[in-house]
Amino acid sequence: MEGIVGYGAYIPRNRIKVEEIAKVWGADAPSYKKGLMLEEKSVPSPDQDTITMAVEASKNALKRAKIDPIDIGAVYIGSESHPYAVKPSGTILAEALGATPEVHTADFEFACKAGTEGMFVALNLVKTGVVKYGLGVGADTSQGAPGDALEYSAAAGAAAFIFGREKVVAEVLDTYSYMTDTPDFWRREYEYYPQHGGRFTGEPAYFKHILGAAKGMLKKAGMEPQDFSYVVFHQPNGKFPLKAGKRLGFSKQQIEPGWLVNKLGNTYSGSSPMGLTATFDIAKPGDHILLVSYGSGAGSDAFILKVTSRIEEVRNLAPLTRSILDHNKNYLEYGEYAKFREKIRKAD
Amino acid sequence: MRDVAVIGTGMTKWGELWEKSLRDLYVETALLAIDDAGVDHIDSMYVGSMSSGIFVGQEHIASLLADYLGYAPVPSTRVETACASGGLALRLGFMEVASGMSDIVLVSGVEKMTDVGGDEATYALGTAADQEYECYHGITFPGLYALIAVAHMNKYGTTREQLAEVAVKNHRNGSKNPLAQFPFEVTVEDVINSVKIADPLRILDCSPITDGAAAAIICPVEMAKKLNKPVVKVIGSGHATDAIALSQRKDMTWLEATYRAGKSAYEMAQKKPKDIDVFEVHDCFTIAELCVMEALGIVEKGKSGEAVEKGRTAIDGDIPVNPSGGLKSKGHPVGATGIAQAVEIVEQLRGESEERQVKGARVGLTQNMGGSGASTVVHIFERE
Repeated sequence: MEGIVGYGAYIPRNRIKVEEIAKVWGADAPSYKKGLMLEEKSVPSPDQDTITMAVEASKNALKRAKIDPIDIGAVYIGSESHPYAVKPSGTILAEALGATPEVHTADFEFACKAGTEGMFVALNLVKTGVVKYGLGVGADTSQGAPGDALEYSAAAGAAAFIFGREKVVAEVLDTYSYMTDTPDFWRREYEYYPQHGGRFTGEPAYFKHILGAAKGMLKKAGMEPQDFSYVVFHQPNGKFPLKAGKRLGFSKQQIEPGWLVNKLGNTYSGSSPMGLTATFDIAKPGDHILLVSYGSGAGSDAFILKVTSRIEEVRNLAPLTRSILDHNKNYLEYGEYAKFREKIRKAD
Repeated sequence: MRDVAVIGTGMTKWGELWEKSLRDLYVETALLAIDDAGVDHIDSMYVGSMSSGIFVGQEHIASLLADYLGYAPVPSTRVETACASGGLALRLGFMEVASGMSDIVLVSGVEKMTDVGGDEATYALGTAADQEYECYHGITFPGLYALIAVAHMNKYGTTREQLAEVAVKNHRNGSKNPLAQFPFEVTVEDVINSVKIADPLRILDCSPITDGAAAAIICPVEMAKKLNKPVVKVIGSGHATDAIALSQRKDMTWLEATYRAGKSAYEMAQKKPKDIDVFEVHDCFTIAELCVMEALGIVEKGKSGEAVEKGRTAIDGDIPVNPSGGLKSKGHPVGATGIAQAVEIVEQLRGESEERQVKGARVGLTQNMGGSGASTVVHIFERE
């Protein structure tokens, strides 16, 4: 059955703490930590972007998949921080991996849902036999305006998944998508930072679509929350995914392995895909996992995965996600962070 | 002057109502009041709304709402006096019926506040303060009421815990109100440890941003008697103003406009504070409820904190204040609040408040206030 043959994650080593950001803006750090359940977030270095992180994560996926990259017939990156407005990210990634020239590439954008979109298309091209292997990546160097609530969460990271028909580490049993036109968060062309509808991003946006997709997926598959070992939701902050899980009837234990946001931040298109990599890192053969992404605008993709015995053979062929998250960290002060994120505009 | 009665009320669930527009909220609620009154027409209508222009970009709502309600061409008037707009809509409707110019009048209020973000909502509310002497210097409403709170604490020894007790009591009452925005209980610790807004006020000292509407139908008492319903009369109405800027007042802890409006209403009604069985007052912040209790003569100056702490203002206390949950728990769609207070008092006097019922209540008072207290409207109601 079709599924994931290899997975990988990447997180830049720089971090900034909530206190460090709050100090600059005169904000109340304890209330952000308590209210949003955020402690620190990852920050890309000046020479890192969506493409470099996608390459790192995809190389980790290739190590686990143990396939020849030339057999990858489709390469898709989902991001809302593609470095170029015109010029694909996917071509650079495909070239760096050695998958060119007989390959189809496309760049996806759907706010934080772009990662699972690439995964959805790659999976279905494998399913229909158009390609042997398909790569879907979610990666972002997320933007949040200085001083905005988003600045405490907007982080950097990537997750990559190679789909195939044989030697899968997890079968994809079913998928379900749920969307409406709901403008809760957007960034227009030529704007540096996204705008958002404040509390409108919660109930009528995140929760409506996450719950809608999760319920639709469970109904379609005839499954219940207790049929799953783990569940991964999009993680714009610490609180939302826990609240969504509770409302659906999932326990904290089912959510926790993939709940990275308190130490990672919101990696936008990489958010729920990275949670899935961390969940694969501890899953056992036979475990069922529910993945539900969310993208503003708005919509959710749901995937039901069943882990195979191959997971134990390939797991340690690349760094585990929590190990990348917890080690080799470099804490930044706000000034360095502002420079790294090009928040300081220099004269030419 | 003719005697005036309230014969119908309407209110729907308040909250962040993303699916409803200003006109949806209004029409739904006004129709409930018209149905409750059982009337087949209205002669005129008043709509209280503080800032529909900033909140939804729509002025001229008196005509818009009359049209969408299906009652154009009746005369329709929008009333604005900041957060007391609803109370003033009631007063103007009362005057129109009392004068004999109209018989059946719809008095109402509405505010759709969540179409804008928090910053814009704060700005819109800030326009109720003195722009040149207050807002341009950076203060917002929580800041103004925080100054009042500090002054009250310094002058009378009111404690942080006593402020919290106001929120605890109002949330306890609101938890029994199915239409409240936040129908849950909180503890003193919850309030004191909640997010700091403007020292000493925490988020649980502040009323929320709310979408909502409220409506009532009033008519001459003689007409009301024919309808075979409990007759709730409006027996007193008072309205007063004060310096809009806090710095221009002699005593920051004293709400002169509330005192004056209360005095007028008490005199018209020939009642004293001790004759009132139930109060609905403007607790936009916990400190506001304390200052209002003193200005209305419910308690002596400086004794409000102690009264709340001792449970005297609970539903089963000797001076029940805000059995609806108040602005704190029920919500505060600014233009609608004054009418919602009247809706609660009418229900209380009709004996229809179920779990929130103040036993044997026959006389009730509403106090609705604009800005940091520069406009106040007080009404007294009595069940016949």
